[in-house]
Amino acid sequence: MAIIELKNVTMSYEGSRVINELSISINKGDYVCVVGENGSGKTTLIKGLLGLKALDGGEIIFGEGLRKNEIGYLPQQSEMQRDFPASVKEVVRSGRINRKGILAFFGAKDRKICDNAMKKLEIDHLAHKCYHELSGGQQQKVLLARAICASEHLLILDEPASSLDVGAADEMYEVINKLHDEGMTIIMISHDIEKALTWADYVLHLGNQKALYYGRSKDYKARAIEGGFWERGK
Amino acid sequence: MSEIINAIFTYGFLSRALIVGLLISVCAAVLGVILVLKRYSMIGDGLSHISFGALAFASVMGFAPLSVALPVVAAAAVLLLRLGGKKIKGDSLIAIISGSALAIGIMLISYSGTSADMNSYLIGSLYAISKNDMAMAIVLCMCVMIVFTLLYNRIFCITFDEDFASATGIKVNLYNTIVAVLIAVTVVLGMRLMGALLISSLIVFPALSAMRVFKSFMAVTISAACISVISFLAGFFLTLLWDGMPTGACITLVNLIIFIGLSIAEKVRK
Ligand SMILES: Nc1ncnc2c1ncn2[C@@H]1O[C@H](COP(=O)(O)OP(=O)(O)OP(=O)(O)O)[C@@H](O)[C@H]1O
Ligand SMILES: [Mg+2]
Repeated sequence: MAIIELKNVTMSYEGSRVINELSISINKGDYVCVVGENGSGKTTLIKGLLGLKALDGGEIIFGEGLRKNEIGYLPQQSEMQRDFPASVKEVVRSGRINRKGILAFFGAKDRKICDNAMKKLEIDHLAHKCYHELSGGQQQKVLLARAICASEHLLILDEPASSLDVGAADEMYEVINKLHDEGMTIIMISHDIEKALTWADYVLHLGNQKALYYGRSKDYKARAIEGGFWERGK
Repeated sequence: MSEIINAIFTYGFLSRALIVGLLISVCAAVLGVILVLKRYSMIGDGLSHISFGALAFASVMGFAPLSVALPVVAAAAVLLLRLGGKKIKGDSLIAIISGSALAIGIMLISYSGTSADMNSYLIGSLYAISKNDMAMAIVLCMCVMIVFTLLYNRIFCITFDEDFASATGIKVNLYNTIVAVLIAVTVVLGMRLMGALLISSLIVFPALSAMRVFKSFMAVTISAACISVISFLAGFFLTLLWDGMPTGACITLVNLIIFIGLSIAEKVRK
């Protein structure tokens, strides 16, 4: 059974259609990479999955006992406030909030999960630093740690490596791969198609409001060249 | 000094003013951290003008001031925080609403000819608060603090990253509304202490000062509360020492001195 199934999903902004009747299903343990030109609707689709934006039509079905609030999300880097006082620990820990009742106080178990997440991403020595005084790569790792704290099943990552230099980006992809090896289902948007093809099992190529390609990554290149959309994945 | 402390224990109204002032200072400071981080500093100002209008209306009509001002300002706060930035740009919306409320308040008071009220609402005075309002203020401040403490972790999560918060299932709108109501309550109560003209400095200053030095949300929140308490106490005792000094203005100036001091300290440390 699929962990997420999209049936005829349609989304638009003020009347202009971005995604039209998209139907795909993603299985537990898959590593799906979403590619497509700027503005092809990758972020929009993910916002639909997360319930941040309403669908105009179709439905999204969660399977495998996945609950809606058990998704770890790494937003596309938006301009965050430069002077926001928040320590790394506070940011990571805020990922646990979805597991708490009305009175969200963190206990020993939460602390342990956060510590483990920070160790896994090798940022535990930064725990008491201010988030905004970190490098871009370190910041992304902190946000990834927060996402891990929110879910042990499914991560949705919107361009986790877009603002990083080559070294930091590779490190990021390796960490994500490690998480996938441990059984995490991963949906990742990426601009780097070559990297996507090396790491991901599946590629979803969005374009013209639909899926130009959705299937195994090993078959993607041939189909994309044949279909004339190879260059447009970047 | 010992005379003053004696006086506080001898005169009930002084000790009540001290308690209410301390509570309001703490509420204003912790909520101020959120307003500053959300870039909503101007909302405190706008709400105080609306509160002024509502209080003027209540006093002209002979209603209990808090029972009119609280719901009106709460509604305005929810409106400003939720609608702000959608149709009309946030700060122009605040300007329109608060300007109109201020104008209506001034008209009402001039018409009824009770200029004493106008002064106490614009400049603020702890001693103008009635015994009943005082009791209500204490209860409300306690409520604000309890709600803030209980929701602290959620409020942090939402303030830091609204998208992530709603992706994990937090009802962002609900909590933003709750925060708006807490802010409204604090502004209405704080107006009696600081006056409509200076209440926003009670909200914004401690947060800005704390952010100069501290880099975690918890540290900023706690130290903002401490800075606010120190400023209040300084203002309170200065007012008692020099008769006739307005409390609100004293508190604001002490806050300013702390802000400048911490800014210099930050520069030196770098
Ligand atoms: N808030 C919005 N209001 C109106 N239109 C929007 C909004 N956000 C996105 N769009 C439009 O929807 C389309 C898809 O945007 P989206 O952000 O999903 O693209 P994307 O594939 O994530 O692009 P990128 O690679 O640049 O991140 C674009 O044409 C964009 O102009
Ligand atoms: Mg995008």
